[in-house]
Amino acid sequence: MKTVIIGVIGADVHAVGNKIIDYVLSQNGYNVVNIGVLSTQEDFINAAIETSAQAILISSLYGHGEMDCRYMREKCDEAGLENIKLYVGGNIVVGKQDFTEVEKRFKDMGFDRVYPPGVKIEDALAHLKEDIGI
Amino acid sequence: MKPYLLVDFGSTYTKLTCVDLEKEYIIGTSKATTTVTTNVLDGYNKAFERLIRDHPEIKEEEIVGILGCSSAAGGLKMAAIGLVEELTVEAAKRACLGAGAIVNLVFSHHMTKREVKQLVEADIDIILLAGGTDGGNTECIIHNAKKLKEADIKVPIIIAGNKDAVDEIEEMYEGTNLQYYVVSNVMPQLKKLDVKEAKDIIRKIFIDKIIEAKGIKKAEEKIGQLIMPTPEAVLQAAELLSKGYEEEEGYGDLMVIDIGGATTDVHTIGEGFPKRTEVIMKGLQEPFSKRTVEGDLGMRYSANALLSLVSDYEFRKYFDEDDKCNHNITKSLNRRKDNVDFIPQTKDEEEFDKAIAKICCDVSMSRHVGHVEVVHTPLGDMYYQTGKDLSGIKYVIGTGGVLISNVDAKNILKQVNKKSDRILELRPNNPSFLIDKSYILASMGLLSQKYPRLALKLMKQYLL
Ligand code: B12
Repeated sequence: MKTVIIGVIGADVHAVGNKIIDYVLSQNGYNVVNIGVLSTQEDFINAAIETSAQAILISSLYGHGEMDCRYMREKCDEAGLENIKLYVGGNIVVGKQDFTEVEKRFKDMGFDRVYPPGVKIEDALAHLKEDIGI
Repeated sequence: MKPYLLVDFGSTYTKLTCVDLEKEYIIGTSKATTTVTTNVLDGYNKAFERLIRDHPEIKEEEIVGILGCSSAAGGLKMAAIGLVEELTVEAAKRACLGAGAIVNLVFSHHMTKREVKQLVEADIDIILLAGGTDGGNTECIIHNAKKLKEADIKVPIIIAGNKDAVDEIEEMYEGTNLQYYVVSNVMPQLKKLDVKEAKDIIRKIFIDKIIEAKGIKKAEEKIGQLIMPTPEAVLQAAELLSKGYEEEEGYGDLMVIDIGGATTDVHTIGEGFPKRTEVIMKGLQEPFSKRTVEGDLGMRYSANALLSLVSDYEFRKYFDEDDKCNHNITKSLNRRKDNVDFIPQTKDEEEFDKAIAKICCDVSMSRHVGHVEVVHTPLGDMYYQTGKDLSGIKYVIGTGGVLISNVDAKNILKQVNKKSDRILELRPNNPSFLIDKSYILASMGLLSQKYPRLALKLMKQYLL
């Protein structure tokens, strides 16, 4: 069974989507380790090390995702998680911005998959299967 | 009369407490120097003679039962190994501390040759090997298990990590001389602690093996099995006193601080959840009964370690205002380390001991207590708490040589209180102080195994 870490990064308390992601991924055969809201980059990384996770799915809803996610990839590299997949979704930036721009910025930061607002977790399942299997 | 005897083989003294089960009081206590290097029973016999001499009403043949604990010959020394510092390493440490051990060595991630060498050369009684949640990382614990095998480790190894790694480790260890024990993972799921099995096996190994290795086995001829390490007995006493027993109410959240010659132990009983709603808990879940041990804080063996902990200037702040002596700090500390039987003779020497005790109290508290951290977020400041909030602790109980005999003990204990220059430490606000004057806490922990109600009653009576 593949293990994925999910959680909401930064000072963000939006908890509902996180619960849904947990449910949907578990239903689809993943071992979901949910570190919940208000999680730091280190929380995600430590969890991934202990559980040997293949992917980290970060949620950010409150608009400060870009700041909270900066250097996440570098820290993963530092922690020996060079091969881990990094996804991010929710409402990752403030307001309505041109998403191709936003996506490029997050990809430059080392994220493998970047999702615009309105994308449900179900829509990401195919990617997850492609990237890490089931 | 139904005399019941409780024995604590301490690092310095063998202490006896005799309780009358019938009239429910402490008939008497006595002590003699612990004699592990020759025959541990010599010290015991001497203490027993003294007990009988002072209390001729105790008849040896009438004694209905004996229970014993030990922290002799350096106590129980352990090494804790895990993967991530904040997770399985911490879980492993908590298991050791909860079982009454001192954690002398801690390793995280993949052990290096140097670390293995350090482990082999150290004076360690048991190794606890953890790493990975169940279903999680197996590679690291297997690597470390292999290193231990290659080093041909002579002391017992407890494997308490990812269950997925257990088969491979067992296959690797089978047929070797390694003494290994497999128990459930100390962290089966992320941030979920499950240290019970690990603690139980530590106690069992302590009873079966360590006691023998330390020359305390002989004690069993007289008193039957030693049932636990002394610090665990103290922790159990504290827990009972806090929770109460059936209709006999307990004292609620409390703390026991034990300043010894080599270490300072702090035990707190209570949830320690944040008191303010805007404060968010971080880190591992805290055990209801929490024990920490500071190996660099003690009155004698570790006295000189204070030199590197506090500057001369800081040290002087702990002397009483009316203490006019110009103490030579370095010299006085070294003198105590070099002569661990040192007993203060003059007023100045007493004052100096008091200052050491205050520092032990203060620094051990800083390390034990929860801290609040202010995090500046896009949404303003947020408060994160790691560890226990002890501001609401009702009782602080002092035990250990310096405290029980010191007229100023409560003043020393005040060092645990909230400090204006360290507001982020969640120290007790306004606790009441009690002293274990008759030195019975460990004994009551032992007694509580069989007679919890009586142990509770006696503690309420004798802690003043
Ligand atoms: C409920 C809510 C709150 C509640 C949250 C209660 C709780 N504990 O959960 C409260 C009142 C606390 C709150 C507070 C705030 N909120 Co609010 N909140 C909402 C609201 C109305 C609904 C969120 C929700 O639960 N949706 C339902 C769930 C199921 O959907 P979801 O969270 O979007 O998650 C799904 C998808 O996004 C996706 N997804 C999420 N993560 C990921 C990750 C990956 C990898 C993938 C593939 C998919 C994915 O899958 C999820 C499940 O289907 C939204 C508006 C909205 N309609 O979305 C605003 C909204 C999220 N909040 C917003 C804001 C600004 C705030 C505040 C900053 C307001 C303030 N100034 O105080 C605070 C921030 C507090 C904090 N520290 O986090 C803004 C964010 C704007 C932005 N990003 O540009 C929103 C969008 C409202 C708006 N239109 O302005 N909020």
